[in-house]
Amino acid sequence: MRTVDDSLFTDTPDGVALVGSRCADCGAHTFPRQGGCPRCTGDSMQDVPLARTGTLWSFTVQGFRPKPPYAGPPEFEPYGVGYVELPEQVIVEARLTESDPDRLWIGMPMVLELVPFRTDDAGTPVLTFAFAPAREEGR
Amino acid sequence: MSADVAIVGIGIHPFGRTPGVSGRRQAVVAARAALADAGVGFADLQFAFGGSHSAGDADTLVSELGLTSLPFINVANGCATGGSALISAYAAIMSGLHDLGIVIGFDKHERGAFNTDPAEHGIGAWYGETGLMLTTQFFGMKIQRYLHRTGMDAGVLTKIAAKAFRNGALNPKAWRRTPLSEAEIAASPMISHPLTQYMYCSPAEGAVALVLCRADRAHHYTDRPVFLRGATLRSRRYGSFEVFSPWLAIERADSPTVDAARAVFEQAGIGPDEVDVAQLQDTESGAELMHMAETGLCAHGEQDGLIAEGATEIGGRLPVNTDGGCIANGEPIGASGLRQVYENVLQLRGDAGAHQVPGGPRVGFTHVYGAPGISACTLLTR
Repeated sequence: MRTVDDSLFTDTPDGVALVGSRCADCGAHTFPRQGGCPRCTGDSMQDVPLARTGTLWSFTVQGFRPKPPYAGPPEFEPYGVGYVELPEQVIVEARLTESDPDRLWIGMPMVLELVPFRTDDAGTPVLTFAFAPAREEGR
Repeated sequence: MSADVAIVGIGIHPFGRTPGVSGRRQAVVAARAALADAGVGFADLQFAFGGSHSAGDADTLVSELGLTSLPFINVANGCATGGSALISAYAAIMSGLHDLGIVIGFDKHERGAFNTDPAEHGIGAWYGETGLMLTTQFFGMKIQRYLHRTGMDAGVLTKIAAKAFRNGALNPKAWRRTPLSEAEIAASPMISHPLTQYMYCSPAEGAVALVLCRADRAHHYTDRPVFLRGATLRSRRYGSFEVFSPWLAIERADSPTVDAARAVFEQAGIGPDEVDVAQLQDTESGAELMHMAETGLCAHGEQDGLIAEGATEIGGRLPVNTDGGCIANGEPIGASGLRQVYENVLQLRGDAGAHQVPGGPRVGFTHVYGAPGISACTLLTR
């Protein structure tokens, strides 16, 4: 098993989390990590684990199979995409585990999960991150 | 309000799909039409600015237009390529460096949604591989958030698309020339909830060229000059919500559209309430809705009322996308911004035929928006 990009993730006592950057000068956060601060233009960014829970800020559903570089499984199923606000940090874009727009609403509680995305040419499962409605936590 | 730069010649190659005709060839057709309209030859020009996203380097057009040694500068600014070429021409003339030149925008894209390489935007490969690198998703999420915030009903989105096809049917240079009912638009396949297929523009082909000169010489070339009062370009701020963003700041800021529009109105000394005809970026119908307010042409939340009363129709008090916009013309990235200016020149000259705004419009506004969070605006008067 591997992830789409190991540099996006870190282990925390609560489970795997996304890694962002925090500006030591002004407190701005980014995801993924970057060297320069987009808010104060400084260069004092430090790695920081991002919150694993947040609220849905906006969403859509991808209705058609994207062209490459999309590398999803051969059978296309529409997937949810959203922005999730992580309190006092940043709003992160991610796939959603829910793809029915009638079961998504702005403001709903969400939690980070690692989910199967595809199987690579060597037969290894590849995981990516997604946010799930928080009520499903502990399923 | 000073009038320093005039548009004295316009040319277009029809938008849509033209199999067997390269983007460069379409650019040559547009350029020769603009030269003929101004009554000048390519050898009379002192400068050129131009660009395309996918159809080749603009400066190579000299092999077909004429090897005259003029400085031909390539412009590559995504959807703002045309706007950036105009800003460059404006500066070249305002500075006194040149008196007469041309701007050219053209493109020819493959069918289907754009597939952009994340690396070109400084984003990791995972973003494209996992299916997040799509402009269509951005517009779905931006309008979803916007409707939530303003309380407007999503039904307004079908009305905007229906107007685009209605106006396109009146425009002989447009691609989509068949009116579609609101029911047909609503029932077309869902691309990115809440936006359906017929609410989106498609990548396409086309070319536009404009001949510009010092305003005090305009009457040498035309008895109906149109004046370029302002041309602006802005990039995104910390806190704005832009296409291809793996993250957003929690603190919110205005979009580059707000900044570019405000700047062009200031540059021209003209107010949004003086605009007689507007061409706004309508990548999909939600973009037109949001851009109406972001440009300052109306207040946020006021759009559905304006649309219901017919204000944005060709005969309304705020006509928007009178040539059918991107939805009816398609999106050739390098050409779209200049198409809007071409349409406003037609409108201000009174030459727009079946899609002419009645009453002799005097002030025309254009606006484009695109990746990676840029906007360009122009103001024209006669």
